[in-house]
Amino acid sequence: MRARVFVLLKPSVFDPQGQTIADALHSMGYETVGDVRQGKYFELELRSSSADQARSLAAEVADKLLANPVIESYRVEVDQ
Amino acid sequence: MTFAVIVFPGSNCDHDAYHAAKHVLGQNAQFIWHKETSLKGADVVILPGGFSHGDYLRTGAIARFSPVMTAVAEFARTGGPVLGICNGFQILLESGLLPGAMLRNRDLKFHCEHVRVRVEQVDTPFTARATRGQVLELPIAHGEGNYYADPDVVRDLESSGRIVFRYCTADGEISEAANPNGSLNNIAGICSEGRNVVGLMPHPERACESVLGSADGLVLFESVIATAGAFVGQGAVRTA
Repeated sequence: MRARVFVLLKPSVFDPQGQTIADALHSMGYETVGDVRQGKYFELELRSSSADQARSLAAEVADKLLANPVIESYRVEVDQ
Repeated sequence: MTFAVIVFPGSNCDHDAYHAAKHVLGQNAQFIWHKETSLKGADVVILPGGFSHGDYLRTGAIARFSPVMTAVAEFARTGGPVLGICNGFQILLESGLLPGAMLRNRDLKFHCEHVRVRVEQVDTPFTARATRGQVLELPIAHGEGNYYADPDVVRDLESSGRIVFRYCTADGEISEAANPNGSLNNIAGICSEGRNVVGLMPHPERACESVLGSADGLVLFESVIATAGAFVGQGAVRTA
């Protein structure tokens, strides 16, 4: 079973990399692009017997390692 | 006094810290590999600078799970003096021994230069021999030294006097221009509630001999050598 974990800086935390990418896009002429936030994406292969179990395991490892709760939040998706 | 310098895969200031403790200050020093589970009777623990585990995922994020960190946390809990320098500071943040987190430097550049920091607190084992307001010239070398914590955490650090070093001008003025990385409130170093765990981004161990451009880092080592015994047992009984 595969889980996908998306980690992003919290909205309250300034993202200098995202800002730099947004500035680059604007200088390329993409004036309709607004804010850009850069994050991390993880694919986890899990030996779980149910989607709920996989979701719970992915959230546990995100809490412990993949995301730093001081500055980041995360979202988990599980393939059915 | 025996200094333990913890060595992670990717540490690269471990020898600088060892050299400062042993050859400049004439103390005992020993390297402790991160897979060890004992600090071997050390009186002071240094988590050195570098790029532990290649800075993969986040700086310090993987090192915090090294076996030796359980012993470091126990040593800290019982009042033992712990100094985290640069990547060592990042490891202390990831492990929760100090609050907050590091973001990429505001300008996304790796800063390798001499900066000034003002000593804000002299009641930690690493600043007891300094004077409040003293300006130290120390090198920095980091890409992720932009200190961040939630506003209530920063307020608590301010009100409890746990901001130990701030980036400043040569005159000791705290200004945006003197802030190399965007750290909140010019924070360069903080301490734990028990005050025995100190983390800072600048490198005192690389500034212990005038031939290196500055000997201002000596005061951190002299402080802990002079006072480590006095801090033992504060807030907790140290058994190790």
